[in-house]
Order: sequence, then structure tokens, then C-alpha cells
Amino acid sequence: MQNFSALIDALIYTRSRNGKLALIADYLRETPDPDRGWALAALTDGLDFPAVKAGTIRALAVTRVDPVLFALSRDFVGDTAETISLMWPPQPTKAPPPTVSEAVTELAAITRATVGAELAQLLDRLDPNGRFALLKLATGAMRVGVSARLAKTALAQAFALELDDVEEVWHALQPPYAELFDWAEGKIAKPDSTNLPIFRPFMLAHPLEDGTVDLTDYAAEWKWDGIRVQIVHMGGEVRIYSRGGEEITRSFPEIGTGLTWQGVVDGELLVRGAHQGGEDGGAASFNALQQRLGRKTVSAKMLAEAPAFVRLYDILFDGPEDVRSLTWQQRRVRLEVTMPLLPTERFDLSQLIEASDFAALAEIRSQARDAAIEGVMLKRRDSVYVAGRRVGQWYKWKRDPLVADCVLMYAQRGSGKRSSFYSDYTFGCWTDDPANGGELLPVGKAYSGFTDEELKSIDSFVRKNTTARFGPVREVEKSFVFEVAFDAVQDSKRHKSGIAMRFPRISRIRTDKPAEEANLIADLRAMIGS
Amino acid sequence: MIDWISPHPHGIYLSLADCWIDPSRAVERALITHGHADHARGGHQKVWATPETQAIMKLRYGEAENNIPMAYGDAVDIGGGITASWHPAGHVLGSAQILLERAGERVVVTGDYKRRADPTCARFEVVPCDVLITEATFGLPIFTHPPIAGEIAKVIEALAANPDRCVLVGAYALGKAQRVIAELRLAGHHDTIYLHGALMRMCDLYVEHGVDLGALAPAAGMTKDALKGSIILAPPSALNDRWSRRLPDPITAIASGWMRVRQRAVQRNVELPLIISDHCDWTELTETIRELSPSETWITHGREEALLHWCGLHQLKARALELVGREEEDDG
Repeated sequence: MQNFSALIDALIYTRSRNGKLALIADYLRETPDPDRGWALAALTDGLDFPAVKAGTIRALAVTRVDPVLFALSRDFVGDTAETISLMWPPQPTKAPPPTVSEAVTELAAITRATVGAELAQLLDRLDPNGRFALLKLATGAMRVGVSARLAKTALAQAFALELDDVEEVWHALQPPYAELFDWAEGKIAKPDSTNLPIFRPFMLAHPLEDGTVDLTDYAAEWKWDGIRVQIVHMGGEVRIYSRGGEEITRSFPEIGTGLTWQGVVDGELLVRGAHQGGEDGGAASFNALQQRLGRKTVSAKMLAEAPAFVRLYDILFDGPEDVRSLTWQQRRVRLEVTMPLLPTERFDLSQLIEASDFAALAEIRSQARDAAIEGVMLKRRDSVYVAGRRVGQWYKWKRDPLVADCVLMYAQRGSGKRSSFYSDYTFGCWTDDPANGGELLPVGKAYSGFTDEELKSIDSFVRKNTTARFGPVREVEKSFVFEVAFDAVQDSKRHKSGIAMRFPRISRIRTDKPAEEANLIADLRAMIGS
Repeated sequence: MIDWISPHPHGIYLSLADCWIDPSRAVERALITHGHADHARGGHQKVWATPETQAIMKLRYGEAENNIPMAYGDAVDIGGGITASWHPAGHVLGSAQILLERAGERVVVTGDYKRRADPTCARFEVVPCDVLITEATFGLPIFTHPPIAGEIAKVIEALAANPDRCVLVGAYALGKAQRVIAELRLAGHHDTIYLHGALMRMCDLYVEHGVDLGALAPAAGMTKDALKGSIILAPPSALNDRWSRRLPDPITAIASGWMRVRQRAVQRNVELPLIISDHCDWTELTETIRELSPSETWITHGREEALLHWCGLHQLKARALELVGREEEDDG
């Protein structure tokens, strides 16, 4: 447990992705089975001990410490598990600290009746860092800034494996993954993953910069503004994976309901709403979808108010048959004949755009200002489905961004390499002409789009023109104007200005422009739906 | 019930002698426990304090006219029948508890204190009293300061494991910085330690008072290459600031009791949290109260509520004082 708790602590204090990868990789190489397998399961969200709840842990704490002192401490620390780990008064014990695998075995055997006593005995055997790691392990919420995908990447890195191979065998195996490590260390052949609900890496597109393509070779379809997902129904199980291969099935339980067809499809996850598009009801803005992301459980109210559906782009497996080696044109036919087999309230087909030539397509694209459309996809008709981005196969042709001149209002320091720079900016637009008493209200936040040189100059402006400080945030003199580029503007109840920008980024610095001439909120409002 | 000493928001007042203890605004007559800015402000007409604290105040605020140096153990009649004497508090160089005696009644004002050994200052002495006025900076049972040797070893290990980087330790300019340096020397680290400009004068003052800090040099003007593999100390406010851009990929550390709480460290971008405090931890606070067993404990300066509750649980008479101007920032 000490090595595991040291890993957890190091991950908390390490910000860089490469640093985290190296820490996990070293741990996986140096730790024996089955400890490393349980640790990997913990990092990939693969452990669940139903008898241990946050409430149980709180109740356990007050068996050993005064409840008032606990409450005061909890207030200060802000995290129940950490509070207990720091203030737990251990009773002397001769038992040595448990290994990760002993801890997991004991946790798995705990029932609601025994949880207090058993957990207390485990805590007595550990130091504060060990107690912290144990409680995080037991409650299933590590929160160390490591996604399942990152942990798998570290595994691949530790043993010089291909990440795609790791993903492929992953779901064929169970914690503590002895077989996985045997394969990783070259002791056995690659485990069989046929007919398992695993993630297959997405085919991705290059941006279409200035060129054109010949529409006899390329098909055009809309690029929808949701999240790209893969729906897998294999081996009796439905799973939904996001772009990075993270499983998000639990956030969208309705998608698998009533799905009898088996196979793998690729599409855009959207939420029903007022914006139009598609034949069977439209999609809401990304904002609506965002409310549903990252939830482990979904309320009936949410399911009713913001039901999700998938607009399909492609098919990877038709039943057990891998169709990725067919051309796009052939897969499209397969997908079209599959549509009637799918529940219509959960799945629709992304329509192709009919255009006589590229110029006509450009015209159609420029007319399309539906907020649920992000742009146009161009796919080579003879392209086979391969992982990643391949030259000349698929292109994304995003809509030209919208732009507005905004005034810098607040700045915050970045993290990692940018920790000494004010690099996160909140900017605003005017409620009315400032000459008529208009005020600035925040309309968005951006952290990108500028060069290193521009960053230095904005940072220096922030430092020289600070008017107030709120913890890490500085308010600045309202005189610095950016041109901000963004993909869309949406209604938002969360912001005082009543609007929210999609993908805002700094497009240039307008030193030439006085703040009074920045845009009005009304100008942005007029862009909603455009 | 002792009635000749009264707490006010701006300090503790002795009306019979017209004297304030650690007042947070300029007064005519001040008794000072130690040199930290939240206890020793500038502008007092007359100051009683240890010679070291006087030197620190002189460095920070310039010459004051009527300063009375009080060595540890020295006593002075300050009027109104009150005698004041200064006793080691173990917090920083020159830090003292002030014992006030009148007609057989004894009050101890601890100022800030710690019970552990510190190579840069005199060790805390137990001074029996009727009323104990104690600080409670780390007055929550989550605070246990580990032995300092283990924390210092983390710095040395990080340095050895990353020869192309440097370790940048954020440490408060008065006390913490010098203690960290002295403990590094005890642990066998004798290389030159580089300093942010804001730490130089206080380190010089310590050296003038006989504290051996080994080879020190300003970090300013050094190349990145020259600083690889070095330990550099700076005030915590400089860690993530432009100043640190000159350093070779620093491993950022902060030496503070607050580093016990993970989110505190994460919020400050700390990669190497060092739990090093110049205050008592919870166990030491509560054991000091038990050991002295005063008839009354007054609690100030920190998380009074938890310590007050603890006193209640142990049938000890206690009250919380609310003094203004006490900062937790960087002084842990």
C-alpha cells in the first residue's frame, strides 16, 4: 500500500501529462502482481465496493474522533477522505500495513454490517498517506487527474505496447489483469478479444485548409456539434465510448434501451431540442448536451427533459462482421440498410449534402447557420475505416468562425508551463454604448489563440493595469481589446450577459481599437443561431 | 479572575501600565513577542523586546528611539505593579513568550511558539502561569507536523533525482528560510544555497547573531546552467511569478505547515510540499495546555473554535480572543 499511496500522492502534485505517465509506468513495471493490477483497476475506475459509501466513512470517523472537531476539520480540508486520513487516531496494532491486494480483498468481503469495524482495522494499519489512498480506493473516486485512457497509455508506455492493442484486449480481461501483464511482459500471446464490447479507435479528419476537393471522389455530410461517440453492442452488452475511448455509457443509459441490433456504429451524440436538423426532431445546442456530460447517474427528469440520441455517420461492425476494410461507399450502404433495425427515437442518419460541385457546396455551407452544425465533412468515397488521421481520406471543413471585439476584464494564471503567466482571460462586451452609460459584462473566457510573444505582452498589460485582486484572479483596467473568434453564440442562463460562446479563442490583439468601440452584447445576441 | 489585562481587537492591553502587547497599530508603549510583521509593527514610541527582535525591527522599520532590549530571563517593572519578563518561545530568532506578574498572579502571552528543537533559535521553555494566552494557528486535529529531518530529506532526494533541474523552496523570509537552510546543513548539504533578493538581509542578520548558514549567494545574475542541481530559496509569493522564469525547470516546494492539506499545496502549484512549521501542531498545542494546566486559557490567532471546543471537552476553562491583523499567509 505504501508504494501505491506514494504513487497517488505524486500524481496529485504532478501537473504534466508526461510526468503522470512516467509515474504510472514506473509503478506498473516495478510493482509485482496482483498489486499492480488492482492499482490499474483503481486508476481506470474498475473497482467498486458497494458496502463503502461516503456516508459510511463519515460515520466511521466519529467513532474515533469528536464530531465537532471532525466537522471543523472537514470544513477546513474540504474532503472527507482526506480529513479522516489526517486526523484518524490509530489504535496500536501488530498487523503490518496491508498490500493493495490484501486491502482490495478485505474491502470486497465487507458488508454493510461489518464495514465500520473492518475499515477501522485497515486504517489502523496505515500511515496518513496510506489511509488517504485506502479511502479513495474504497469509495471509488481517486480524483488524481488521471483518466482511464491516460492509465492505459501509461501501461502501453511501460511495456512498449501499442495503445490500440491495449484497448482491444482491455475489455476481455478482468482485474487484477494477470493475463494482461503476462502478455505485456511477453510471457503469453495476445488475449483474444473477438466479439467483445471494446473500443475501436476512431477514424479522424484533417482540416481542409484552403484547397478544394472533387465531389466525384468525395462525399459531403454535415458535421454536427455534439460529441463524437462509438456505440458498441457486442457480447450481450451495449457500451458508449467518447472520442478518447472513455466509456460514457452510464451518462447516457437511454441509448442502449431497446437496441437489439448488434455491431459497432460511429456517430454524433446530441440532445433533442429546438434547433432543427435531421428528419426526426432536431438537436439542441451543445450547451444542452453539456449538462448531461460527466454524470455517473442520470435523473428521470433529465432523461425526460434532455433525451439523447445519436446521429450516425458510419458503421464499423455489422453483427460480428468487421466492415472497416470496406470502402466508405459500401459502408454507407450497410449503414442505410441498418437504420430500420435501430430504435428511431435514439438513432437517426446524418444526411449527405447533395451539391453539383464544390462551389455549390461552399454556397450551401455558407448558408448553414444552424447552431447544431459545426461545418462540413468531406470523405473519400473509397476510404476504408482506419484509426487516426490519414492524408487525403477525410477532411473537416468547419464554418468560418464568428468574431467580435471584446474587452479584457479579468485574468488568471495558467498552469504548468504557463503558471507564471496570466494566460486565462475573461472578456466582456457592452450592455449599451458606453457614452450612454453602457457597462461591460463578461461574455466568455479564452486561454488560446495567441502566440508566445502576444502572451508576454498581455501578461505584462495585466500586471501593470491590475485594479483589484480576488484570490488568483486579477481585475484589470478595461482598456485592452481582443478580437475573439468563436464557432457559435448560444443562450445561457448561467451568465449575466445571457449568452455563451462556443470555442472562444483570441484571434488577434486590437491595440488599434479603443475599448469604447468594442462590440455590444446585442451584436452577439444577433448572432445566435447564425 | 484577573482583571488587569484586557484583550482588544488591536492587541492585548495592560491599562495599569498603559502598555500594549503586539499591537496591530502604532502605540506609545509596546511589548513585542517576536519580529513577524503581524506582531511587530513599525511606529511605536517605546518598544520592549529581545535584542534579536529589536534588530529585526530595526532592519524592517529603521531606528526607533526608546528601545529597551530584554534578554531572555530579564524582567522589567512596566508600572502599575506589573513586571514583564521575556522567555524563549522557539518560534524564530529572538521570539519570546512574555510573562506578566502582578501581586502573585501570572499571565503568559505565548506569541507564536513551537516545542521542537530549531538550530536557529532558543528552545521553548515551560513557564508556569495562571492565565495562558496561546496562539492556535494550527488548531485543528488534522495538523501533525512530521519530524523535519524527513521533510529535508525529500528536498535532497528530489535534487539527486533531477540533476538537470533545481529545487525552488518557498519559505517565509523571517525564520522559515533560515531554519530550512540550517536543517539542510545538518543533513549534510554544504553546496551554496541561492537566495531571492528578499531573503538576503534577514539571512545576514541571522549570521550576525551567530547562526551558521553556510555558503549563500544571490540567485540573481546566475545562468540557468549554473543553477542546475541547486537549492534556491524565495518568498512563497515569488514562486510562480516572473522571478522564477530565470530558473532551470524548478521543482517547486513550499515549506509550511499548511502543506499538510493536499488541496492547499495543489492550489499553489506545489510539486514538493514540505510540512515544516514554526508553530505547534495540534498535539503540541493541547499538550502544552495540559502541561501548564492554567486556571484559564485564552486562545487567539488561528482556529480558536476547535481548541476552545477541546478545552470544553476536557473541562478546562477557556475563551477565544478575536484580535485583528493576524495573518495566516506564508507564516506557517
